[in-house]
Amino acid sequence: MMSHKNDLGLLALILLVAGVVAVINPLFLSPINLANTANLIGLFGIFAIGQAIVIITGGIDLSVGSVIALLGVLLVDLLANFGMPWPIALLIIPVLGVFIGLIHGLLIVKLKIQPFIVTLCGLLIYRGAARFYTEDATAGFGFGQSFPAVEWLTVGRSYGVPHSFFALLVVGALMWLLLHRTVLGRYLYAVGKNEEAARYSGINTKAVIIAAYAICGFLTAVSAIFFAMYTRSISPSSHGNFYELYAIAAAVLGGFSLRGGEGSIVGVILGAVLLQVLQNLVNLLGIPSSLNFAVMGAVILFGVLVDSQLAKIKSLFKAAKANS
Amino acid sequence: MTTALLALEGVSKRFGTVTALENVSFAIGCGEVIGIAGENGAGKSTLMKILGGVIAPSAGRIVVDGTETHFHNVRQSMDAGIAFVHQELNSFSNLNVAANILIGREPRNGPFNFFVNQKHAEERVRPLLQKLRADFEPSTPVEKLSIAQRQLVEIAKALSMDARLVIMDEPTSSLTLKESNRLLEIVKELKADGVSISFITHRLNEIVDIADRVIVLRDGKLAGSLTRQDISPAAIINLMIGRTLQTLYVPPVGEIKEAGLTLTGVRTASFPAKDVDLTVHKGEILGLAGLIGAGRSELARAIFGIDPLLAGEILIDGQKVEYDSPLKAMAAGLALVPEDRKQSGLLLDGSIAENIALANWPSFSKHGLVNEQVLHDHAGRQIANFDIHATGPRTAVEELSGGNQQKVVLAKWLPRRPRVLICDEPTRGVDVGARHEIYARLRKSSNEGAAVLLISSDMEEVLGVSDRIAVMHEGSVSGFLERDNFSEHNVLQLAVGRAGQEENLA
Repeated sequence: MMSHKNDLGLLALILLVAGVVAVINPLFLSPINLANTANLIGLFGIFAIGQAIVIITGGIDLSVGSVIALLGVLLVDLLANFGMPWPIALLIIPVLGVFIGLIHGLLIVKLKIQPFIVTLCGLLIYRGAARFYTEDATAGFGFGQSFPAVEWLTVGRSYGVPHSFFALLVVGALMWLLLHRTVLGRYLYAVGKNEEAARYSGINTKAVIIAAYAICGFLTAVSAIFFAMYTRSISPSSHGNFYELYAIAAAVLGGFSLRGGEGSIVGVILGAVLLQVLQNLVNLLGIPSSLNFAVMGAVILFGVLVDSQLAKIKSLFKAAKANS
Repeated sequence: MTTALLALEGVSKRFGTVTALENVSFAIGCGEVIGIAGENGAGKSTLMKILGGVIAPSAGRIVVDGTETHFHNVRQSMDAGIAFVHQELNSFSNLNVAANILIGREPRNGPFNFFVNQKHAEERVRPLLQKLRADFEPSTPVEKLSIAQRQLVEIAKALSMDARLVIMDEPTSSLTLKESNRLLEIVKELKADGVSISFITHRLNEIVDIADRVIVLRDGKLAGSLTRQDISPAAIINLMIGRTLQTLYVPPVGEIKEAGLTLTGVRTASFPAKDVDLTVHKGEILGLAGLIGAGRSELARAIFGIDPLLAGEILIDGQKVEYDSPLKAMAAGLALVPEDRKQSGLLLDGSIAENIALANWPSFSKHGLVNEQVLHDHAGRQIANFDIHATGPRTAVEELSGGNQQKVVLAKWLPRRPRVLICDEPTRGVDVGARHEIYARLRKSSNEGAAVLLISSDMEEVLGVSDRIAVMHEGSVSGFLERDNFSEHNVLQLAVGRAGQEENLA
């Protein structure tokens, strides 16, 4: 059902990379650096889990980064310019996220448009909407404006640990229950592995797929709130760029198959952790930051390569053993 | 007769302008085993899908327990006690056995009944597995199970629904003989419990073995039905094709002496410690029998350069050949008709012309540009030559019946005049009429000097078509049979690894 071995391998890789970085640059283990990294892990991990739920069904959501920009712009506007009470604003944004996810899901199952196309169009549309809404200007809070409650909730720390990281733990635990213990979780795996057979088993596959995109929209909206409060100013043309690819990369590293039906919550969280540790490595080891993406790509390729080669060697070994 | 469990009255089904089923009526009683026979395209699968609620009939009535019923989806037919064991197994390999059996009907607990009660699920599944004498656990991941085991999972699923009618679409087509016999035993046990079974099969002896009644379809119409005492393969075939079946075997024309394909000490990844030694002579059809999993398909893949050869030599016409890709194997004169034609043999949504051209593109192109005219002329000739029932070279292969699809695969390879032709289960899911045409093609190839290796799990085919039989057991050839020694008994002995042909099988 899920490969714990893959999770363990990934954990080992994370520890190896972290160990190497810590030895070369002891700053890695400094409280400030650890807290910063934990914050980024939380921010990226939350929407990566959403993406993972969609990937399990064999789908994909390319609109994540643009949704983070659009909802971020809206949140700042609601708080800073409309003076909306923050609890209402924090409710509206996730509702909008779910709404966007529902629309994606409906287009995919009712009109039978491929997820890649639906969400690619979403990527373009929401980015454009965000830029149009702010007239391409940076959206930010006014000088001296502050929202202590929201700020405490999102960028605050307890015991030195950023709240975004706590949020990831809570989201991770809930989604773990959902995916690995509930009926909906079963159906997500079933639909991802064999949609037709799932339908023949009396499962409402359309509802399951729509639910996956709605969950993804919800978690993307939650992380959009964290991102907006963390950056405090949002440039609508660049905020959240490529974030969908971070999420897909985290899922792939975490053992998800883009064909659907494979992967676990622990895996995608570890994937998100590894990506942030790599970012950190680039910063701390003085590697030119222009090489950022290249390093990430190389490590993902390496990880996937090792995984597939190990599986191959193992199956050969097993066959040899069975026949001797 | 008491009220039938289920009755079809004047059921028809049309897909666009094509009539798949026309005015079919029959009834199934409680505890009755009904075999459904007919050539491919006769409407068997359509009939089963209507029974299973997968598709709705265009006309006619479905009567369950004496009242007319309309199935709008699978759920409703499931509720009526009808369970469908599909032709392509529909298991979820990423879930465990219990999850597969109870999919869509999980025992629940927790808030909003949102959680799966795993313990309860396993408790419900365990007695079903015991009843079927399954050798796996409710918690076993399905990806670890064999095809036969997965079939048991499907049947357990039907039982878990308290199904009164279990519909099986070619349940034995991918099973070995032993596994098939086991399945037939289970069918008999279900019947004893009062469960009705309706099943499609191309293996007529299975119908003879277990059916109380056989319904034969021809061109979407009911061709006839036979009751227990009248059932015989000949009678069924007469109804199916409306003519008497000739004997299968056609002897080769020439004398067979020269070696065509010789394998010495060949080892493949599936049995790296076992050697395969065999020779297929020019002009000969060598049947390669054995249980599924004996390493026959893996051997074919290795000979054709798809999988690496771990050890050993391949000789073609006495010359040692070495290659590491199908492209080079083709250059050496080989052709492979693969086991799974939909997966490896064809581009299903491609046209007949494209599929035929696939192994020969260079001969239909000039400077890298495709010459459509030459291609379509060639494809048109092959359609006539191989008697492929299609409107023309542009017809998509997926619109063809299984038999015609396989003829397209043959039309792709045979015009190349291969020196060695390997056919892996070439008639699986192919109707009787097309089978004979395929056998005739193989014989024609061998008469033209090709060495033909026919891998088949169909006993009738192996015994009826081959000039000689090699039997594989766990990765190596356990024996050869000449035509004088051909018998189901002898093949089975060798297949289960028991040498000595006088011994009786337990």
